[in-house]
Amino acid sequence: MKNPITGLNKVFESRIRLGVMSILMVNEEISFNDLKQMLEVTDGNLATHLLSLEDNGYLKVKKGFIGRKTNTTYSVTKAGEKTFAEHIAALENMIKAVK
Amino acid sequence: MCYKVLFMKETNPVRPGHPGGQQPEETLQDIRQMMERSSRFISLSGLSGIAAGAIALAGAWLAGRILDNYYGSYNSRGFFTGDDFGRLKIKLIGLAAAVFAAAFISSFYFTWRRARRQHVSLWGPVSKRLFWNMSVPLLAGAGFILAMLRYDDWGYVSSACLIFYGLALINASKYTLTDIRYLGYYEIILGLVNMFYTGYGLYFWAAGFGLLHIIYGVAMWNKYERKG
Repeated sequence: MKNPITGLNKVFESRIRLGVMSILMVNEEISFNDLKQMLEVTDGNLATHLLSLEDNGYLKVKKGFIGRKTNTTYSVTKAGEKTFAEHIAALENMIKAVK
Repeated sequence: MCYKVLFMKETNPVRPGHPGGQQPEETLQDIRQMMERSSRFISLSGLSGIAAGAIALAGAWLAGRILDNYYGSYNSRGFFTGDDFGRLKIKLIGLAAAVFAAAFISSFYFTWRRARRQHVSLWGPVSKRLFWNMSVPLLAGAGFILAMLRYDDWGYVSSACLIFYGLALINASKYTLTDIRYLGYYEIILGLVNMFYTGYGLYFWAAGFGLLHIIYGVAMWNKYERKG
């Protein structure tokens, strides 16, 4: 039998990164401020986690302006979607394996 | 895949004695919750529906009394005057506005209370999306009804109210509790039936905005809030 842990992804171990991915899976595009509000985290903390997800190629960043204020929006990439789906499948397999 | 997570059972057994962080069950539950919270406004309270329904019934009863008065004076005098009709219009429109405001404020209050308890922001990205998607059909309906009134066509006002409100609910159901969709279907059916019984608009209106709201509110309260 295949080891059920194989699909688990280290990047999604952090609760915040997991939260970001969960939100992006069901929202086409979401702004930094909305993410911050939903996850209840500080600017710096969120920015670090977003950067690591971006470096892994799991999310796309779009920088824009509303008036003079910057408005950065995020969306998930194909690779991110696939990896996250595998992560969830692995979690489900773990539950099945224990039962 | 997303849906599988979304519709997973709410209560997963927690197994103790697993060192180093979260159980996979808890993680999946977190994911499910984040997905739901970020795409739907789930704090809509059933009590809001009950309050709005009760206010609508009271409003319909008042409107019935105003109309009785009006037709009563017609029967005793045997004719209408333009003045009477003008006053009736103002009274009814004023009443409608008051009922709408009271229903909006009371339903807002109960939902605000529930949102605060769930630590969900009442004016976050999700509720904004819900508000917008609900407003579009409602504003279209409001324009339609005002245009009808401009041609002094009162016969289909209650039908139009019910149909457009039903459409607004169905549209909104994508961004809040899906159950609201069924309320929308019933409002539309009621509105369409009303088209064929134009003289009874007030009764249809009371049934749609009063009774249906109360039934829906009680059902939702039972389903989501009683235990919590």
